[in-house]
Amino acid sequence: MTVHTDGARTAAARLDARWVVTSATVVVIILAVLGILMAGGYDTPRAIAALWNGAFGSPYALFSATLVRATPLLFVGLAVGIAFRAGVLNIGAEGQLLAGASAAVAVGLAMGEFPRLAALPLALGAGAVAGGAWAGIAGWLKLRFGVLEVISTLMLNFVAAYVVSWLVRGPLQEPTRVYPQTVELAPSVHLPTLIDGHRMHLGLVLAVVLAVATWWFLTHTAAGFRVRAVGAGIDAARSAGGINLKRTTAMVFLASGALAGLGGASEVTGVTFALYEGISPGYGYSAIAVALLARLHPLAIMLSALLFGALEAGAAAMQRDANVPSVLAQVVEALIVLGVLAFDHTRTRWRSS
Amino acid sequence: MSIDAGEFLQASVRTATPLALAAYGELVVERSGVINLGLEGAMIAGAFGALVGAGAGGVGAGFAVAALAGCAAAAVMALVVLWLRADAVIAGTAVTLLALGLTGTLYRAVYGSQGAALSVPTISPVAVPALSQVPVIGRALFEQPAMTYVLYVLAGALWWWLTRTHAGLALRATGERPVAAFAAGISPVRVRAWALLFGGAMGGLAGGVLVLAQVGTFAEGMSAGRGFIAIAIVVLGRWSALGVAGAALLFGAASQLQYVFQSLGWPVPYQLFLALPYVLTLLVLAGTQRRAVAPAALGTALTEDAR
Repeated sequence: MTVHTDGARTAAARLDARWVVTSATVVVIILAVLGILMAGGYDTPRAIAALWNGAFGSPYALFSATLVRATPLLFVGLAVGIAFRAGVLNIGAEGQLLAGASAAVAVGLAMGEFPRLAALPLALGAGAVAGGAWAGIAGWLKLRFGVLEVISTLMLNFVAAYVVSWLVRGPLQEPTRVYPQTVELAPSVHLPTLIDGHRMHLGLVLAVVLAVATWWFLTHTAAGFRVRAVGAGIDAARSAGGINLKRTTAMVFLASGALAGLGGASEVTGVTFALYEGISPGYGYSAIAVALLARLHPLAIMLSALLFGALEAGAAAMQRDANVPSVLAQVVEALIVLGVLAFDHTRTRWRSS
Repeated sequence: MSIDAGEFLQASVRTATPLALAAYGELVVERSGVINLGLEGAMIAGAFGALVGAGAGGVGAGFAVAALAGCAAAAVMALVVLWLRADAVIAGTAVTLLALGLTGTLYRAVYGSQGAALSVPTISPVAVPALSQVPVIGRALFEQPAMTYVLYVLAGALWWWLTRTHAGLALRATGERPVAAFAAGISPVRVRAWALLFGGAMGGLAGGVLVLAQVGTFAEGMSAGRGFIAIAIVVLGRWSALGVAGAALLFGAASQLQYVFQSLGWPVPYQLFLALPYVLTLLVLAGTQRRAVAPAALGTALTEDAR
């Protein structure tokens, strides 16, 4: 074929095929799950209508449910994406998100009297720093002692959850000491909403800007090249010349944690306005599915975060309107990950044979 | 108010039982070189399996279905990691997510979204004559549900199997140097597959204990991270059968301490004690990494020359 003489076009064609098949995987899995619903005796047309209406069917669905859900998923998806790109298996985005949320609330409560222009950036910044520091512990353990980050980040998730549990029953608890949560943050530390009357907030814009910035960083800067080289393998990084493996890995831990921490900060300043234990329904774990579906591509992570946000918003509506269990969204997420893994396998098999 | 040390120890052992069951499964898996993050999924699958099985055929059937359900979760993991050669961390996370979602969906679909208070047949503690009369530790160790005694036997058998049999050696070889094991005529893929299935069955049994010997019913997400705790226990126990027993007891005791402090009225934040075992696990990891107690090939995929 003539296409093979044109390397760029072949690469582009292969890239396109990959996205087409990935999208097809998602569609097939959603259809299969709906088919199972039909077999299970559910009112499937009604369920589909509820899923669509709950995700995109009205301005409320889009601007107050789907995009609100997609925002934290985008932050943590980027966090996981950049880490995996460098071969850092950070499964601690959940803990880093909680660290960021705690720090943002702590600073936000202290800064309530300050003008928004000072208080809000400080609260968000504190979230990013805390998230980065939390991931930094795992980074330090890996680089100093060779501790597998899979285990250390997992352990730190639990420690973070207990720290939140302690904060909301101890130093940060609301003054009546009845509820395990903080008081509501002052309006000066609330992220402004983007459309009047809808819950979608400035955190979404921040996340999108960060997605584009991450993409730019990975593809257009020397440091981004080093991150990708380290991810391609230690030998690749060495032969690319003069890459400081430790410094690059450390930087990736900090950046990944900061993104997840910022996600937590955005959630408490944009949605919950307070800290309590159930602040994240496992965003940090869904993040792995979000990042993987997007093949760790920062721009594609925007799409997969939107898809998962829509799925979760739609699933909640499905539970309300068609009595279909909303945890089904988790099943779809997991099947998508497994589908992508299976597809990648067949692809490498084709290429090698 | 005073506290009874015997009662505290008894509760600690009770809490530690499902943790230790899952941890012994994970011990075998990690000695073969795989970190199974799908263990949490196997446990919740086992818990749901126990509900279904016990409802249909009593406690025995409950444990059998629990082990099978855990096995099924692990089979997905084995398929994806060993056959499709996917990353074990991502696959394990997906398996856990899948099992949590699937059990939640099935539970709501079959038993109604109200989750009507289901009562399943449960097992109660059985006191071992004479032994349970030993002061303080007697009741703790020998007035427990039958599964705890099964655990004692399993732990001993596993230690013997790992250190004294040819098959145990093959497992350890696969976890240390899969290429060398392959050259010696061992199939690392097969070893890791069996290890994963065994680990899944143990995780399933652990979920069964939660339902049939402790809570008496099923709740969505009731594994509540215990599968991940089991992974921590294996690390804290430094990948040895004896160490796992000690580490499981420590995690069990830590989660009981909160009740002690509450009953004593001490203003100590109990979360501190819940978090402590995890911090300890990290410290142990940092302290022992240099001495290479972890299986050398832990967390690495099989290369072409080992399959």
